[in-house]
Formats: sequence, structure tokens, C-alpha cells
Amino acid sequence: MTPEPLERMRQMVRIRRFEERCAELYSQTKIRGFLHLYIGEEAVGVGVMGALTDDDQIVATYREHGHALARGVDAGALMAEMFGRSNGCARGRGGSMHIADVSRRFWGGFAIVGGGLPIAVGLALADKTLGRAGVTACFFGDGATEEGAYHEALNLASLWKLPVLFVCENNQYAMGTALSAHAADTELTHEPRAHGIVAERVDGMDVVAVEQAATRALEAIRRGDGPRFLEFMTYRFRAHSMYDADKYRDKTEIARWKARDPLALYAEYLLAEGLAARADLDAIDAAAMAEVDAAVAFAEQGGLEPIEDLTKDVYTHDVSARGAP
Amino acid sequence: MRRATYREGVRTALRDALRRDPRVFLLGEDVGRYGGAYACSAGLLEEFGPERVRDAPLAENGFVGAAIGAAMGGLRPIVEIMTVNFALLALDQLVNNAATLRHMTAGQVSVPLVVRMATGAGRQLGAQHSHSLENWFAHVPGLRVLAPATVQDARDMVLAAFDDPDPVVIVENQVLYPTEGDLDEDAPPVSPWHAIVRRPGRDASIITHGGSLSKSLVAAELLAKEGIEVEVLDLRCLRPLDVDAIVATVTRTHRAVLVDESWKTGGLAAEVCATLVERAFYELDAPVARVCSVEVPVPYAKHLEDAALPSPARIVDAVKGVLHGRI
Ligand SMILES: Cc1ncc(C[n+]2csc(CCOP(=O)(O)OP(=O)(O)O)c2C)c(N)n1
Ligand SMILES: [Mg+2]
Repeated sequence: MTPEPLERMRQMVRIRRFEERCAELYSQTKIRGFLHLYIGEEAVGVGVMGALTDDDQIVATYREHGHALARGVDAGALMAEMFGRSNGCARGRGGSMHIADVSRRFWGGFAIVGGGLPIAVGLALADKTLGRAGVTACFFGDGATEEGAYHEALNLASLWKLPVLFVCENNQYAMGTALSAHAADTELTHEPRAHGIVAERVDGMDVVAVEQAATRALEAIRRGDGPRFLEFMTYRFRAHSMYDADKYRDKTEIARWKARDPLALYAEYLLAEGLAARADLDAIDAAAMAEVDAAVAFAEQGGLEPIEDLTKDVYTHDVSARGAP
Repeated sequence: MRRATYREGVRTALRDALRRDPRVFLLGEDVGRYGGAYACSAGLLEEFGPERVRDAPLAENGFVGAAIGAAMGGLRPIVEIMTVNFALLALDQLVNNAATLRHMTAGQVSVPLVVRMATGAGRQLGAQHSHSLENWFAHVPGLRVLAPATVQDARDMVLAAFDDPDPVVIVENQVLYPTEGDLDEDAPPVSPWHAIVRRPGRDASIITHGGSLSKSLVAAELLAKEGIEVEVLDLRCLRPLDVDAIVATVTRTHRAVLVDESWKTGGLAAEVCATLVERAFYELDAPVARVCSVEVPVPYAKHLEDAALPSPARIVDAVKGVLHGRI
């Protein structure tokens, strides 16, 4: 089901405003730990999510606030999680890098680079084995393609013809290392093809192009053709994380990419096609701001998980007592 | 002698090693252009060039394995694995190859390799970025494991590891990098293979290492205000353990509290405890106590993370526990 045109805008703006606030809250030390912003890359997450159904599964990385929001994870629960409060989606135990909401088949942020890829293969194996319709969308960065787990996951998914959509968010940097310095072959579609997976490179700043490519790929996967691979060319407008001084990227390169801001591009398109008026866009912005305000208020009023519950959920149940199940 | 940060201590040694021996090269993710995730190699790419300060792709098992091969082939790699959490991806190469080759080939193969990694929790980084697994390496014959707790050791241990013909793993607790201490850049490195008493005391011994040393010293200070004098032993080398020093401190104080940020089960503190039972049983006047991390994947929220980790307060309580009945 294709979302109505304004919906894509709404989702991208929600993410942008949410994360801009996260950056502020980080300086105020309300959010701690590592914080990786998705600003600049919103079209990828929003475009792909727009093509998925409720039955599909999502595996993401530590840069996953955007994916979570676009998937319908509650903004308040997300913010509260980053505040470390008990009304957070993981009761404050996960933080920014580990947002999970299994009710939405959002399996979480995986923070070891490449670590989510085999998990996605397994989720798809479960869907296929149990005769369920879902496709597993697995998000990862260009840097992850250097990990052994990536190559193993591609082969497994292809060998077993599993319903996996590999979504490579090629923002051209793995932390401070440029793609050309970490990849011998910077054409990232070559490796999946070598494993027999159809792979396509797409403009990741164009939300419509992203959504269309994802829709095509998902159709093929749902036909039983096995996994597909999409490489989205994108760029993070901010540093790798809040700890990163971002000294390794050229100012003109950053400016060049910012000139293709996915929100601005799509806004122009909506206006030019007469699909939206300025007022519509303003309203979307106001609504996003209000949602973020509400999320912060929700997080602020959250309590702290009791210390007595520190070791809760390490296991399902205790087996130490004699006669325990 | 000057004041310097822990990361400067490491950097000084890396620079020394690079200058001293043309076979030395640094290898790791973001060690070059970026200057190291913890800035330990900042400026070294500019000084030594990209062949000697080599950026690696995200391929921990691959580049650690390559470093082992390079060491076998006559180079002297000093590898940085960004953190121990990612070193898990390289365990195969470290445990199956680096640790075994000399023995398995009856001494034909040498692996003069240094692998440094950040370790530990305390920065609200969540479960996948907060591991303390130095005991995993310390379990493995063929590896040596060093845990610098001071700025001077941060420097000295890199140099000593570099001088050693066998694979040495150095675990640097990440909360230490910005901390300051005295650094003598010209000092001949103190042997890293032995424990050091960081604070003398008669009433009980705290035996610890790495990031837990400063917490132990704070606890010792608090206890001193109540008239309790604890001796603090910094193990420094986790494999081989300095058994004599462990026995000696307990022979002086007769009571022991073991502080280790790893989990208690199967941890390094368990090894020290077993050593005491084997070697100093009759010296002990009270059961040994362990202050370790609570057995839970380290949570993000500050209050939960604090509750999960050893703290000066928990150490003070444990010391009072082993002194129970005596004071
Ligand atoms: C196995 C592993 N090695 C190193 C890291 C540290 N690290 C976190 S993100 C990152 C860069 C990843 O780059 P990429 O896959 O392109 O994703 P991006 O951050 O650009 O979205 C690195 C090196 C890690 N988390 N896991
Ligand atoms: Mg990247």
C-alpha cells in the first residue's frame, strides 16, 4: 500500500525534528551514551518503511531512531528510552542504540556492526519455514559490508532463498573512514550479485525513488525469488555520533550533499506537482514539533526502573531452586 | 616527569615504538586519519605515513589475523581493536592462532604481536558496548594480558608488550583515557609482569586492576577516615598472575576483597580467590569477598548501570564485611 504523498513528508519531518531535539537534549545531558543521528538519511528509512506491511520484520543498527519512528514506534516511548526512564520502550535498559518494539516487528538496533545481518537471515528463515508472509528488511551501513558476517549473511540468504530485503545505507563513511579507504571495490552492488542476489543502486535522497525501488524489490521477494539488495546513496549531515568532531569530511562535500536535503527535495516536488500547499507543509512541521514536545514531556515524567529489577529479564525464569521448571 | 592523560601515555609509547623500529606498524579501525576512536594515535599518521599507521576496514577477524600473519612474517604489528566488544569478532584468530602457534609448532613460529583494546563500562553505552572480558583472554595459555591502570603504565605496558616476543593483549579501561597522572617519558619501563602495591595498609587487602583501581583507592581513602587501613594491590598483569604478590599482601593483612568489573561467575576474581585458597588458606582470617559486576548485561540508564558496576561504596561495604568481628 502506497502512502499518500503527504505521509512521506510527515514521516521525514517527524524524524528530523525529533532528532534535532535529541541533539539539544544530548548537550543538556538528558540523553547520554552514544547518540547517532540519521539526519540527512531520512528518505531511506521512510521510503522503505512506506513499502513494507505490518507483517514484515525490521532489523536496524544503532542509527535507528528514524526507522523506529517511521515504523510507528511511539515517539514518547522512544524519547523516554533515551532518557533512561521506565516508560521507555525497553524500560531504559537499551538506550539510543537499542530501540526495540517487537509488537511492530521492530527487532531493534544492533550495535555491533554487521551483527544484525545474520539475525535478519534467521528471522526470514522462521517466516519462510512457518509459512508466514513477512519479509525481513535489514538496514546496515557501507562499513558493515566489510565484515565477514555480511558476506556470510548474503550467502545464507541466497542459498536458502530467504525473504530478506538487504538495505544498504551508503552514506560513504564508516565513522571517520571514507568508503574508498575501506572498500577495495566501492561498487557495493557487486558483492551481492556475486552471491546471486539481484542488486540495485538507488538515489537515497529521493524518497519516492526509494519507495519505488523497495516496492519492486519486495514484489520479487514475495514471489519467492529469494533476497534482494538495495544500495541507497545517502549522506549523514551530522557527525558519526555526538563524540565525533567530524574533521575528516570536506566542507564542500558536506555542502554539496546538504543541497540535496531529502526533505527539501520532496517539499519542492510536492509544491511543484500541486500535491501540497505551503500551509500543508507548515502544518506538518507544527504537528511534528508538537509531537516532539509531547514526547519530551512524556519522557520527563517517566519514572526510574527500580534497582530491585536490575536483573529482571536476564532469563525467562529462575532455575536455581530445586524443583524449578 | 610531567602531567599527562592516559591516552597521551599510550600515544607516547606508540610513537616511541614507531621511531625505534621500522618493522613496527599500527593497524586498526580509524587509527590513522581519525586518530583513533579514543585519540590514542592522533598525529601519528601525519608523522609516520599510511603504511605505518594503517587504517583497517571493519573486519576485526580479518585484520587481526592479518596482523598475526604479518608478525609471523617479520613485521611488528601493534593492533588497536576499538573496543573489547568488537574484539569478540577476532577471538578466533587470537585464541586459535596467535595463542597456539608457538607451542603447536614446537617453537618454530613466533607471533610478536601487540593487541590493544578499550574495555569496560561506565559511560552509559549499553550492553553491547560495555563488556569487561579481560578474563577471557587471561584464560588462554599463549597470550599474555596487561591491564594498565595508571598513565605511566599506559605507556610502559605498550613498550614492554612490544619488547615481548609473544602475543600480548592490553586492555585499557575506557573511562581512564581522559584521566591525568604523572608520566615520565624517558623512564625505562617498569616490568609490567608484576603486581604493585598502590597503597599500603594493615587491616585488609583490596586486590584489583585496570579501571577498578581508582574506585578501590577512593574506597581506601573513605575507610581510612574511619581508621581502617587497607592495602591496595594493582595486579597489572592478568596473565601470568603475580601469585607471589597476591600471597604476600594477604600474608600481611589476612583479609582480602577482590574488585573486578567483570562478572563474578568464572571471572578473574574467582581465579585470584582460588589462588588464595590454594596458596594462602592458613593466612586468611575471614572469608574472601568479591566485588564484581552484577550478573546482567550492562543496562543503559545511569542508575541501573551504577547499580550493576563495582563502586567505592560497594567496596567499602565489602571491606567492612571481611573485617566483621574484628572492628
Ligand atoms: C564490529 C564493530 N566494529 C566497530 C564498531 C564501532 N563502530 C560503530 S559504527 C561504526 C561505523 C559503521 O559505519 P557504517 O556501517 O557505514 O554505518 P554508519 O554509521 O555510517 O551508518 C564503527 C566503526 C562497532 N560498533 N562494531
Ligand atoms: Mg556509513
